Amino acid sequence: MMNAQNETGKKTAAAFRKVLTYIGRYRILLFLSLLLAAISVILQLYIPILFGRAIDCIVAPGEVDFGTIAHQSGRILILLAVTALSTWLMNLTNNRLTYRTVQDIRAKAIRQIQNVPLSYLDAGSEGDIVQRVIADVDQLSDGLLMGFTQLFSGIVMIVMTLVFMLQRSVPISVMVIVLTPVSFLIARFIAKHSFAMFKKQTEVRGQQTALINEMVGNEKIVHAFNYGERASKRFDAINKELQKYSVQAIFFSSLTNPCTRAVNAVIYALVALAGAFMIPGGSLTVGTLTVLLTYANQYMKPFNDISSVFTELTGAMACAGRVFDLIEATPQSPDPEKQFAQPVSGAVSIQDVSFSYTPDHPLIEHFSLTARPGMRIAIVGPTGCGKTTFINLLMRFYDIQSGSILIDGTDIYTVSRGSLRRQFGMVLQDTWLTQASVRENLAFGRQDATDEEIIAAAKEARSWDFIRRLPMQLDTVINDDDLSQGQKQLLCITRVMLVRPPMLILDEATSSIDTRTELLVQEAFDKLMAGRTSFIVAHRLSTIRSADVILVMRDGKIIEQGTHEQLMAAGGFYTNLYNSQFAGTAI
Amino acid sequence: MSRLRKFFKNYRRQAVLAPIFKLLEALMNLLVPLAVGAIINNGIGNADRNYIIRMFIVLLVLAVLGMLFSFVAQWYAANASVGFAAQMRQALFDHIQKLSFTEIDTLRPDTLITRMTSDANQVQNGLNLALRLLLRSPFIVFGSMILAFTIDVKSALVFAVAIPVLTVVVFAIMLASIPLFTKSQKALDRLTGLTRENLSGARVIRAFCKEQQEVDEFDRRNEALTHINERVGRLSALMNPLTYVIINIATIVLIHTGALQVSLGALRQGDVVALYNYMAQIIIELIKLASLIITINKSLACANRIADVFDIQPGMTYPAAEADFEPAGRPDGETATAPAVRFDNVSFTYAGASDAALSDVSFTAAKGSTIGIIGGTGCGKSTLVSLIARFYDATRGCVSVNGRDVRSYPEGALTGRIGFVPQKAVLFRGTVRDNLRWGNESADDESLWEALDAAQAKDVIEGKPGGLSFLIEQNGRNLSGGQKQRLTIARALVKKPEILIMDDSASALDFATDLALRRAVRALEGSMTIFIVSQRASSIRDADGILVLDDGRLAGKGTHKELMKSCRVYREIYYSQYPDEKPEDTTAGKEQA
Repeated sequence: MMNAQNETGKKTAAAFRKVLTYIGRYRILLFLSLLLAAISVILQLYIPILFGRAIDCIVAPGEVDFGTIAHQSGRILILLAVTALSTWLMNLTNNRLTYRTVQDIRAKAIRQIQNVPLSYLDAGSEGDIVQRVIADVDQLSDGLLMGFTQLFSGIVMIVMTLVFMLQRSVPISVMVIVLTPVSFLIARFIAKHSFAMFKKQTEVRGQQTALINEMVGNEKIVHAFNYGERASKRFDAINKELQKYSVQAIFFSSLTNPCTRAVNAVIYALVALAGAFMIPGGSLTVGTLTVLLTYANQYMKPFNDISSVFTELTGAMACAGRVFDLIEATPQSPDPEKQFAQPVSGAVSIQDVSFSYTPDHPLIEHFSLTARPGMRIAIVGPTGCGKTTFINLLMRFYDIQSGSILIDGTDIYTVSRGSLRRQFGMVLQDTWLTQASVRENLAFGRQDATDEEIIAAAKEARSWDFIRRLPMQLDTVINDDDLSQGQKQLLCITRVMLVRPPMLILDEATSSIDTRTELLVQEAFDKLMAGRTSFIVAHRLSTIRSADVILVMRDGKIIEQGTHEQLMAAGGFYTNLYNSQFAGTAI
Repeated sequence: MSRLRKFFKNYRRQAVLAPIFKLLEALMNLLVPLAVGAIINNGIGNADRNYIIRMFIVLLVLAVLGMLFSFVAQWYAANASVGFAAQMRQALFDHIQKLSFTEIDTLRPDTLITRMTSDANQVQNGLNLALRLLLRSPFIVFGSMILAFTIDVKSALVFAVAIPVLTVVVFAIMLASIPLFTKSQKALDRLTGLTRENLSGARVIRAFCKEQQEVDEFDRRNEALTHINERVGRLSALMNPLTYVIINIATIVLIHTGALQVSLGALRQGDVVALYNYMAQIIIELIKLASLIITINKSLACANRIADVFDIQPGMTYPAAEADFEPAGRPDGETATAPAVRFDNVSFTYAGASDAALSDVSFTAAKGSTIGIIGGTGCGKSTLVSLIARFYDATRGCVSVNGRDVRSYPEGALTGRIGFVPQKAVLFRGTVRDNLRWGNESADDESLWEALDAAQAKDVIEGKPGGLSFLIEQNGRNLSGGQKQRLTIARALVKKPEILIMDDSASALDFATDLALRRAVRALEGSMTIFIVSQRASSIRDADGILVLDDGRLAGKGTHKELMKSCRVYREIYYSQYPDEKPEDTTAGKEQA
């Protein structure tokens, strides 16, 4: 328990130090912000004193000292101007400090996203990383920087209020100091007890959200099974329960304010009483009492501020910790400067390569393969056999653990990743398009492409037929839901078609297209593959029969190798695989 | 908001009492400066200790009463706002159940879910705050002014000037920043979208070596976000200093006026202190009010979005249930001889789409027959079977089941006869038994096993701990794709439907299991009419009739043999999957010619 607390404490401190290095870049702004905060807090506390003095000059008819009142008013006006100016400048400084720091952290994060090994991104969930870059950084900025100044001005305020109060009246000050903790105790008592109710509310709300997600998210199935009424009944039960807990939680927690206000009002009344008793004795004036009443009214505020600042700071540091986990993840190894002399001819030689995602589960072991320029190599095998891993290694998305991969005799680890990847055109099963116009998406790999070139490529890849029918043709902005899976894949194919790289990788590229359309696309692929070394991963075996060599993989090893005819004649694993796909033929 | 007023129905009393008690509490607050003023005027002035103690007790009573009134107000406000939200959520849920597919398509599930969860919560919070505080702040502001007038008219004029000026400043800054807040949110959304794209497209971005370009684009949007945030910041940075200056200048004027009035004998020192305290209260309340209005504005936007959903009327109407409407599974009289399903020149266009998804489709399916439907992606296969279950109404033409127009079936009567297996295998959190009973609430375990057996899922469930009581997690994520598909088929079979529709629902099964499944389902007792939608020629080639769809049109219908002779599209599909059986190109060319 203590250890866990220590651990959190250490993490918070570590995150805090790192955040300081980011803020450190703006240390002049930070210093300015603190200075301005101190000035404005002290003056805000001092101005009521001047008002008090003015009020003391207004006693009764004939006992009004207009001269002093005018004098005090003049001083108030000057201080007012200074206060307003420093508050304004402080706000501006904090703004700049906050937003610049946030911008810096985010800029660092996106660079890191482009520079971590893909294994890092594959292991984490997309939503989680987005949360770190966006929401966590937001909370960091809110909590940390606003909290920072509030914490500082809160402390200044408490200290100065005490100083000013003690100067006016020691007994009254002592009374206020002694009674203040009462409202803390009440607030803590309520918070402790409402926590259980909020927990219950959160639980039931979670159940309700889950039900809503399931039912509303699958409304068509609910409809098809006439389940609507049953769903409503289930919803009603949870909804009623939630209502009960919500009323309790909201009501109970909302007692804090009236309670602390009441305590405050009692303190206020006591100050008034004590003050009124002291004034006739001459140890206090009416003006000073007014000042003390004002202070008594405000005294709680900085305490409340500081306690909420601490909660927020802890939260902000937790967020900062998550952001820094991302920013400090080990980046991929530095890139060599060397480039391929473009274009390569496409001779690929893989020698004794071994690789595993986790050390205790070896995946690819002693894998060797030689591809002559222009060869068409198909890789087949059951799910999880390492087909896609092989592609990951070829593109250096993952680094091999031993062996070597040579292209045109050059070890791919001696050239830059960019230079290597530019030698390949890649079409994946996952059809990723960016939210931009069709033109921008197609020209993703070649921004200088003219419309004529784009249209020509689209015609070759059979995508022009549907692009032509889109509302704005090439200018149509792609929205994920508007295109079918097949159409998106055709766009991805066109994107590669336009680049015409020396080598090709098709990883399940046509598996989401129906077989008849696939035949059409296949023609386009054939044209694209002509003269280019191509690697084709497929589970639909009908699509790879024309390959020069088919590698049959199982558990990370090549178990069979040859042309379709050779493999079928051999009657091994491939034959079984092939037949299982066509077993339904005979009835 | 007025569109949602009806949900106050059971909470009207609470909704009225909450603000009333809050005002009583505020009144207690307003009396405090008067009591303090009286202490100074009478207690100190006359050195009357008893009076001071009496006034002290008055202050204590005010504090306690204020707290009690506040408690009551919070209680009523919590009940009214939570009750309102609960009724609204229930009504919204029930309303969504009544919507037809066309409305659900246009609304999208994720929007509906947001309406029901976070929007409903926002409304609840906004309402709670509004009931408690919306009247309180103006009440204190104007109450202070009125009480100031009762003390001294001349001095109170300072209030009459200061309050409007403050109001204008506070609200001008607030109103000016609202559109900027929206802009800032949009800029943040754009940055979020870009981050997401960078993650989902990491491979493609790296494959095309676009890392630097993506970073540049991110920097640009990041800078834009900072820029807009700083603009909002500059505006709200004015709020504090401006209001502070105004209120203090007003106080200076007040002190001067007060001094004059006191020297004239029209006012006493305690009165000046009371006026001074009222002035201090105003500014706190005005700033509270401004931030309250921002929150309430957000809630109102949420309330409007919810009201918009209520405004959407179900696009499908059903005739009233007829007493003699023959129950499912027992067709009699004329319907006994009618075909199970008949399409007469049916065309269908999705709402908002420009092109028809189905054009002029006609066919009949005899009772007990098996109909295969095949065609490329997006050719209208799923649309066609959706029309049988009347998920959508045909735009033109007529769909009939058992010889009756589908539109003449009372609500639930048609879906009760149809077992539908959707393309996406969706299961729900709960036991296997709960899931299967979606088809029939009262089905016993024996009939559940029967259905599982036919769906080739018996082994799967027998292998799970607890069997039928095995707990399926949300979205069925503790089952494989093929297992889920088989369970959704079993779920439809539990219904013992007259018509079974399988919408490409065996795609994750291997060919042998697919075949066994089709055979077992066909062998089930009763004369079930079966529709099989598939991309695989093997799944439908032995059907009694095959419908070939191409771009929403019926390109051919008949048996496998007939279609191989007569239908080019069917031949192309078939040979694309069975290239070995493809005759030499010359023959195909001749046939086409």
